Amino acid sequence: MKNSKLLEIKNLHVSFTTYAGIVRAVRGVDLYLEEGETLAIVGESGCGKTVTVKSIMGLLPEEQAVISGEGAQINFHEHNLLAFDEDRMSAIRGMHISMIFQDPMTSLNPTMKIGDQIAESLIVHKGASGRLARQEALKMLRLVNIPNAEERIDQYPFQFSGGMRQRAMIAIALACDPEILIADEPTTALDVTIQAQIMELIKSLQRERNTGVILVTHDLGLVASMADRINVMYAGQIVERGTTDEIFYDPKHPYTFALLRSVPKLSDHKQEALYSLVGTPPDLIKPPVGCPFAPRCRFAMRICRDRPAEATHFGPSHSSYCWLHHPKANTSDVPETLLKEVV
Amino acid sequence: MQTVEVLIEVNNLKKYFRVGRNAFVKAVDDVSFNICKGETLGLVGESGCGKTTCGKTILGLYSTTDGEVIFDGVNIHALRPNEKTEFTKRAQIIFQDPYSSLNPRMTVGDIIGEGMDIHHLYKGKEREEKVFELLNTVGLNKEHVNRFPHEFSGGQRQRIGIARALAIEPDFIVCDEPISALDVSIQAQIVNLLMELQRSKDLTYLFIAHNLSMIKYISDRVGVMYLGNLVELTTSAELYDNPLHPYTRALLSAIPIPDPQEERRKQRITLHGEIPSSINPPPGCRFASRCQFAKEICTRAMPPLVEVDKEHFVACHLARQF
Repeated sequence: MKNSKLLEIKNLHVSFTTYAGIVRAVRGVDLYLEEGETLAIVGESGCGKTVTVKSIMGLLPEEQAVISGEGAQINFHEHNLLAFDEDRMSAIRGMHISMIFQDPMTSLNPTMKIGDQIAESLIVHKGASGRLARQEALKMLRLVNIPNAEERIDQYPFQFSGGMRQRAMIAIALACDPEILIADEPTTALDVTIQAQIMELIKSLQRERNTGVILVTHDLGLVASMADRINVMYAGQIVERGTTDEIFYDPKHPYTFALLRSVPKLSDHKQEALYSLVGTPPDLIKPPVGCPFAPRCRFAMRICRDRPAEATHFGPSHSSYCWLHHPKANTSDVPETLLKEVV
Repeated sequence: MQTVEVLIEVNNLKKYFRVGRNAFVKAVDDVSFNICKGETLGLVGESGCGKTTCGKTILGLYSTTDGEVIFDGVNIHALRPNEKTEFTKRAQIIFQDPYSSLNPRMTVGDIIGEGMDIHHLYKGKEREEKVFELLNTVGLNKEHVNRFPHEFSGGQRQRIGIARALAIEPDFIVCDEPISALDVSIQAQIVNLLMELQRSKDLTYLFIAHNLSMIKYISDRVGVMYLGNLVELTTSAELYDNPLHPYTRALLSAIPIPDPQEERRKQRITLHGEIPSSINPPPGCRFASRCQFAKEICTRAMPPLVEVDKEHFVACHLARQF
């Protein structure tokens, strides 16, 4: 690989203690991010994608969240972030790794001026003086295309529209020029025309600064336009990973396949029923022993319920966790696309 | 084409909300369209464009500021109370948020049966059987009847909402973003269910959403709204193949398509600027401030909705000139 790995997660397990029992939200996730690339983590609500990225940032509530797993590591520049204490984590957060949250209204401080919120991280991390930080904040606001930045810098979040708030949040996240930007459903709360503006902005800033971006989303359309590589998550595990083209044109896992078929294409004029999955994702208090997708999978075999699937590799970047690719599997009625090129 | 019977006629509908001494939110401003029997009319637009207000005003949940809604020949905003009950039996709504639209203190059976009680449709054993039948129709079990809403997932709750709307056998259902709170794989389940019910029960839908690809998929005709105005109205295929309003074009191009190669080819029209406030909007075309083609006339006069092609209505001074 020509690029260096910026971030690498190995065998991450995260559990939450709740009154109902222990929820195993993330169960053995491995992933990596390279410089300047966009990695998308795709999955439905509750699949553990947000928990995964929050554990990178050390933002999980300490009282309830337990990070475990044999040899669990989150490596950033030869350092294991899981071994960092709160002070050392604070030095990383905002400086080297930043995050944009889903809801810009609740993640900005309503009692602080926008300019001060951008300046804050510059003062804390870079030791900038108040005046210098303000100048820098003004520059950031212009960079994210906020009109009348001189006036807006002294306004409060409630005076901003949703799209402008999200842009202000991007300005905060990028103020210290981090190496990694984590965008957790950055446009879910926004309208499509505003979404297009925000994504365009993230892309151009990424190109300029060679930032590695982790995009967490359930919107497959967004992924198609933004991502270089995709990891598909289901019930706390990664079920398939590959480049964007491999995932979209050559999906190997039945869940990926179903996810792609369940959204209507804008160019389709046919009115066939959408490919729909029966049932709902499993309860992670008692996660299934075998493949977590087996109860909803129309190709499930007996082994799928009994044993977790092993990885099958289809190329240097493409792998899937599914028993269907095992040479002994009975694949008589499985769609061609799911099978071809098995190695 | 065979003659189609118009079920609902919306004429110059206006709904303003007063928000200050002289300030009005013009949520719906002079909107007219028809909905034919058995069809699905989609209504798309971004948040705050007035599509939900429009749906609720059509059902009489809001009074009108001006204009009228004719349902099967009668103006529903001029009904006497007993006639109103008659109307509510024929028109129902499915709400966006399956979490807040079900009463947490009522069992599923009571939620679904409430409409039957109000309209004195079924009693006792018959009511019970009817509820079981409805649960079955929407893909739930009869064991669910004594449970409470919090025991269900989002998709299941939306099914309860659908069963409630179907309980009194309406002719017309307003679906107000019924899928936007749901996950992708669950969305497909609900959309398939709604389409199947339409076929089997001959329902008419007004389908409100901001997801244009889903709207296009489910609707026969689509209306595009922008800040309280209907800017384009045509068949769903025509809207996609031949959009005429600059806003519709921008909206279509802004939708990310789940196809990486097409995404790379596509020239995206990026709109600049924010959506203006709908409180006392300026005269002229509401879209003029973000429109790249805007001319002097656009800021002066509001363009009327005119039929430029068969069944293709557009409200733009410059339609066909760019």
